[in-house]
Amino acid sequence: MKQIKHLLLFSSLLIFLSGCSALPVLDPKGPVADAQKDLIVWSISLMLIVVAVVFGLFAFIITKYRERPGHDSHEPDEMEGNKWLEIIWTVIPIIIVILLAVPTVKTIYELEEAPESSKDKEPLIIHATSANWKWFFSYPEQEIETVNYLHIPEDRPILFKLSSADSMAALWIPRLGGQEYNMAGMLTEIYLQADEPGVYQGRNANFTGEGFTKQQFKVYAESPEKFQNWVNKTQNEAPALTQNKYDELLLPGHVPRQTYSSTHLQWVNHAKNAEYAIKARERQGYNPEEAESH
Amino acid sequence: MQLDEFFVTGDPLIYGADVSIILSLIGIIFVLTKYKKWKWLWNEWLTTVDHKKLGVMYIISAVLMLFRGGVDAMLMRAQLTLPNNEFLDSSHYNEIFTTHGTIMIIFMAMPFLIGLMNVVVPLQIGARDVAYPFLNAVSFWTFFMGAMLFNISFIIGGSPSAGWTSYVPMAGNELSPGPGQNYYLLGLQVAGIGTLLTGINFLVTILKMRAPGMTLMRMPMFTWSSAITCVLIIFAFPVLTVALALMTLDRIFGAHFFTLMDGGMPMLWANLFWIWGHPEVYIVILPAFGIFSEVISTFSRKNLFGYKAMVYSMVVIALLSFIVWVHHFFTMGADASVNSFFSLTTMAIAIPTGVKIFNWLLTLYKGRIKINTAMLWSLAFIPNFVIGGVTGVMLAMAAADYQYHNTYFLVAHFHYVLISGTVYACFAGLYYWYPKVFGHKLNETLGKISFWIFVIGFNVCFFPMYFLGFAGMPRRVHTYAEDTGWFELNAVASVGGVLMAIGFVIIVYNIYYSIRYAERVKTGDPWDGRTLEWSTPAPVPYYNFAKIPDVHGLDPYWQIKKEGKQELDIEEERLEQIHMPDNSGVPVIMSVLLFIAGFGLVFEWMWMAIAATIGVIVTMIMRSFDPDEGHHVEVEEIKEIERNVRRKED
Repeated sequence: MKQIKHLLLFSSLLIFLSGCSALPVLDPKGPVADAQKDLIVWSISLMLIVVAVVFGLFAFIITKYRERPGHDSHEPDEMEGNKWLEIIWTVIPIIIVILLAVPTVKTIYELEEAPESSKDKEPLIIHATSANWKWFFSYPEQEIETVNYLHIPEDRPILFKLSSADSMAALWIPRLGGQEYNMAGMLTEIYLQADEPGVYQGRNANFTGEGFTKQQFKVYAESPEKFQNWVNKTQNEAPALTQNKYDELLLPGHVPRQTYSSTHLQWVNHAKNAEYAIKARERQGYNPEEAESH
Repeated sequence: MQLDEFFVTGDPLIYGADVSIILSLIGIIFVLTKYKKWKWLWNEWLTTVDHKKLGVMYIISAVLMLFRGGVDAMLMRAQLTLPNNEFLDSSHYNEIFTTHGTIMIIFMAMPFLIGLMNVVVPLQIGARDVAYPFLNAVSFWTFFMGAMLFNISFIIGGSPSAGWTSYVPMAGNELSPGPGQNYYLLGLQVAGIGTLLTGINFLVTILKMRAPGMTLMRMPMFTWSSAITCVLIIFAFPVLTVALALMTLDRIFGAHFFTLMDGGMPMLWANLFWIWGHPEVYIVILPAFGIFSEVISTFSRKNLFGYKAMVYSMVVIALLSFIVWVHHFFTMGADASVNSFFSLTTMAIAIPTGVKIFNWLLTLYKGRIKINTAMLWSLAFIPNFVIGGVTGVMLAMAAADYQYHNTYFLVAHFHYVLISGTVYACFAGLYYWYPKVFGHKLNETLGKISFWIFVIGFNVCFFPMYFLGFAGMPRRVHTYAEDTGWFELNAVASVGGVLMAIGFVIIVYNIYYSIRYAERVKTGDPWDGRTLEWSTPAPVPYYNFAKIPDVHGLDPYWQIKKEGKQELDIEEERLEQIHMPDNSGVPVIMSVLLFIAGFGLVFEWMWMAIAATIGVIVTMIMRSFDPDEGHHVEVEEIKEIERNVRRKED
């Protein structure tokens, strides 16, 4: 079993080293995900030491003291315990925990603020609202709204204001940073930032029922100029979002990507109104019990 | 309601299950009738209050539930093996992972351990039964009926599909109407009664019924772990009871505790759930620690290293378990100070747990380690649990957890701790104490084969999942696209899953094989054990101890054996009558009525729920005015039984 364990560890280390680009969490494209990766790698290294010590001791002890010819007759001495040994293996975990706790707490506080590298830049505010099973991204300052995709400028902090029309979801863009819940009637905030242009996968990470798996979106990070062009184009060409249209979009299900030159925040902020989606569905004669049986 | 809404229709898998359930029911009824066993079943099992028989029934139920939960797991692995697989659609997949999680925790892990506690704890402390034998039967039957209520959901009315955590608002009426989620609420509620009663019963048993001389600090480690577990149950389960009741009020009676409408507070559910849920994971891990302590000490032929530290570390773990619940939702947007606090408390659990790991290693150190199946499970626990433990510490770091949360990293972690902790312990305990109950060992060759297949399968199945987490795969997705790069690791995991299933089948086959072919053990002490349960004959007479032993230290039976066995000799002239409780049919009837009441509530048929609840109250009144004071076993009968046992040993 030990051999297998070692083989497993070794091969996983290989995957680990060779496959980081296939592992988005370990291949960050922004300062938030970067800070998280540093923490992860630091903890993995410390934990590997713990694993090595315990596995080494374990392997040594069970090989040496296994009952076998030549080691099968003596009666082992009883051992009560050993004060010093026990103090040592209480103190060492305490030290390890401290070594992990300090950067953890530091990072927790850091992530509350916009990233250090772009402190001087005004964050772009985007309201990300989840509804079964799609994403609405509202840009209140630009007065535009997208469904199921997102454009952001690079090197500028994005302040996501999260909420949900119904189920609790979680906005997660692994290459840019960890997730945060979207909840109806609640406002949560998270800073994310892209350091380089690219298309990043984003999704709802928290189970929301039938359409959960496909509740995904793409993030297009681009240069500030290109982003501004996209904003201008959208403001000029996209239709305005009407309340009727929005209510229709709130019905449970999947919808294709859409773009609008006004936001739903004019008539509802789900962070302040948990009831809106349920009422909008009722207005349209939607019956969850019928939907359930199909 | 139409009949085709009542029964779940349209899925060939479920029709298959329908057929097999009906066939096995017919089979059971046929066999019982043909061999005229109905009366035997009623007298010996359904009405029993004997802790050993209740323990056996707990374990049989738990193995059945392990099968059911395992089938769920295999279906999930089958679905996830290939990208864009259409074997299961998302609704069906959601039902399956919901029932898998709920069944494995509530109806498999806990009952298996409680079953072992039932069998072992009274024997370890030198007691003739638990403090409240009748209550013990109520515990078992409410658990069993709760489990049945939950399990019939997939053929009648539809399974719950909101995950075992049942987060609102998704699990609420507004988004998940229908009977499915009601089954979850009522099944857990009925079974929860049994768990809470067990907690009270065993705590009182351990505090009040120890043999003379067995001070708290002379209790075997499994008894200690059971006592601490009982305290956890007593403090944690009422929270679940209340949370379930509130959601039931929401769903069935139109209340607004957790709803979106009318100012409900969905976050309250997550908090209540995990205030119960985190102690719950220690409820299923502490007894496992106790089992490993017993097995490792016995087969190293040494006493447990650092006994006191082992006890204190469990107490510390139990206390900490109540102040870590927020780590299940670091991503809910609490203040940095809140997340920091819960990060620290969670990481702190690593300290007492680390102490335990080193104490086990030092128990092995300089021992004479006998490798058999029970010991293999206990040894494999150490490295596997360390992997689960260190990844648990990683998850405790809130800032990093934002990336791990809701991913396969988390799935890998909790399977590493729950399988290599709880499930390995259940198997170790099963092999270790089996001869005590049944008078024969389980076959060692089959045991070792199943061990290797299962343990290799387990690591092959769950180790890749850590990397799936880094690869960004969220839990509970029912499929994935090809370009995600998740295929290879998923395929490997599925191979591991198949190996685990094969291992499980061999374990079950081993029970059948050993019942038929294994040699009867000649003594009650087949392992050269150290604690009092091994001083009794195997199988144990129903009164356990003809003479209550005197205890002079830790590992009392080992001490007695060192000093020569006279102390255990039965001096026939000094035997006295033994007072034993009478069997009772009330617990099983009461629990069937609770089942009916629950079933009525699931479908909101109030007439049925009210009638059955009145029935439950009537059984309580019957019990309250029952003058039955038990019976005495006469000295002659004890002599007869003891002589038979000794003759076999000679």
